Amino acid sequence: MSTSHRSTERFAAGHSAAVQTPLPQGESHLLLNNLRKHFGGQEVLKGISLAIPAGQFVAIVGHSGCGKSTLLRLLAGLEHSSAGSVRAYGEPLATQQQQSRLMFQDDRLLPWKTVLENVGLGLQGDWQEQARAVLTEVGLAHRADAWPSQLSGGQRQRVALARALIHRPRLLLLDEPLGALDALTRLDMQKLIERLWLQHQFTVVLVTHDVAEAVQLADRVIVLEQGRVGLDLPILLGRPREASCTAAATLEQRILQQILAQQAPEPVIRPSHSGVRWAL
Amino acid sequence: MSTLSVATPLRLRWQRPLTHLRRWLAPWALPLALLIGWQLAVELGWLSTRVLPAPSAVIVAGWQLTVSGELLTHLLISTQRALLGLLIGGSIGLALGLLCGLSRRSEILLDSSIQMLRTIPHLALIPLVILWFGIDEAAKVFLVALGTLFPIYLNTLHGIRSLDPGLIEMARNYGLSGWPLFRQVILPGALPSILVGLRFSLGLMWLTLIVSETISASSGIGYLAMNAREFLQTDVVVLTIVLYALLGKLADSTARLLERRWLRWHPVYLKEHQG
Ligand SMILES: Nc1ncnc2c1ncn2[C@@H]1O[C@H](COP(=O)(O)OP(=O)(O)OP(=O)(O)O)[C@@H](O)[C@H]1O
Ligand SMILES: [Mg+2]
Repeated sequence: MSTSHRSTERFAAGHSAAVQTPLPQGESHLLLNNLRKHFGGQEVLKGISLAIPAGQFVAIVGHSGCGKSTLLRLLAGLEHSSAGSVRAYGEPLATQQQQSRLMFQDDRLLPWKTVLENVGLGLQGDWQEQARAVLTEVGLAHRADAWPSQLSGGQRQRVALARALIHRPRLLLLDEPLGALDALTRLDMQKLIERLWLQHQFTVVLVTHDVAEAVQLADRVIVLEQGRVGLDLPILLGRPREASCTAAATLEQRILQQILAQQAPEPVIRPSHSGVRWAL
Repeated sequence: MSTLSVATPLRLRWQRPLTHLRRWLAPWALPLALLIGWQLAVELGWLSTRVLPAPSAVIVAGWQLTVSGELLTHLLISTQRALLGLLIGGSIGLALGLLCGLSRRSEILLDSSIQMLRTIPHLALIPLVILWFGIDEAAKVFLVALGTLFPIYLNTLHGIRSLDPGLIEMARNYGLSGWPLFRQVILPGALPSILVGLRFSLGLMWLTLIVSETISASSGIGYLAMNAREFLQTDVVVLTIVLYALLGKLADSTARLLERRWLRWHPVYLKEHQG
């Protein structure tokens, strides 16, 4: 235990310049400056400052209730910050609303619209062709005329993904979109999201409970701790990534230690080289 | 074993249309038996025609009234009153329901007053309505409108209230607001509940009409019944009762048809479609 602890420390130390919030290099897509949010007397986000470069895949992990969804909803413009600011490409976020799309944990498809109509929601003019094309991208072109209630959970999530992608967003916000899926479907969806991200080059902020998923997909993992950034770790692994390689396992360890140290429950950690997936 | 395997396909081939036929006939068996029993009871003199005319007499009465054109006139007038009342009451109920459902301020302002009015049985207003409108057309239409207003109001409000806020949030995030949001998200989401309200209203529509036509009218099915009673024409009285039953059934079937069309997407109807 202690040796692995030291080794992750060493790993982190090797990238210490990048472990702290990296300075924006090139074009910064999102700039969060001392962002705060409270609901009544409860302070949920206690000053978050981040710079997210365009095209980066950011994963946010943390304990339940630490404010992940709140942060995402702020970025989506569904909530207003209590203090601080978010800028997107140097502009106030409100002017950039149409550039971002949020995908919720539940699919939130309209049950009274067909799959195709759901994908085309909010579009005008000749959207059918486009909707079919996006459905093809997520592999559901053959279910275009089905009702949402006739699809499986994973298929519904893919429709929701298609609905987000049809707007060609520059920022895709994902709030535990795979939380309700079984392990195999999850893997498929992860591959799909990575492929589409590589293809379309949008910026992604993914909230997840699954540390392995975060390491698997993201360029950068941010651990939220009671409304603050507890760890900001770059994931410098090549793509395509193999699941459960040693480097990934080491990074997972490092993130888990950070998360678990905070509430310090009984250490039930076992090394994840065995391919065990860590979920919080 | 071998005999079974030969016999089964044969039996199946015969059984299938038979079970189908049986399924079709089963619901009608009891009413048919009753009718035959009734006819027999009258023919054998167990039942006085003063109490109940034979079914055949009712059919004859119906035929005579149809030929004279009287039946159609009264039927049309009654239907017209019912539908006009429903149209007025339903529109007001729908409009109020939407208003209170969509705007918190209107709900605070209106809902408790409407709920208070709702608790008054609308038929209790008959004396007052007669004072206001006499025994005019307006009196009946007003009563029907009043009766059909509240179920639609309540169910529209409930439908909007119980909409999944997540869906509305999603739609807003996807750029919908105003009329498109209402048309594509709020109205279809509230529709199942609104249609439940419509079915309640249809029931109340006939009930109200029967009562108000029986009390004061110079035309319509209710008038036909009351007129026949004065001349002791039990066959016509029974005929009008049968007519009301048929009209009620027709209204209910129409509502079901609408549900099937508009709620095609609903899991309940999808299953029905498959099964
Ligand atoms: N609309 C709200 N009103 C009041 N409190 C809220 C509201 N939304 C969130 N909170 C509070 O903010 C805190 C953070 O909530 P949030 O949904 O961001 O957590 P989370 O990190 O996404 O948790 P989970 O992983 O369980 O989804 C919680 O304590 C929650 O009670
Ligand atoms: Mg959450």
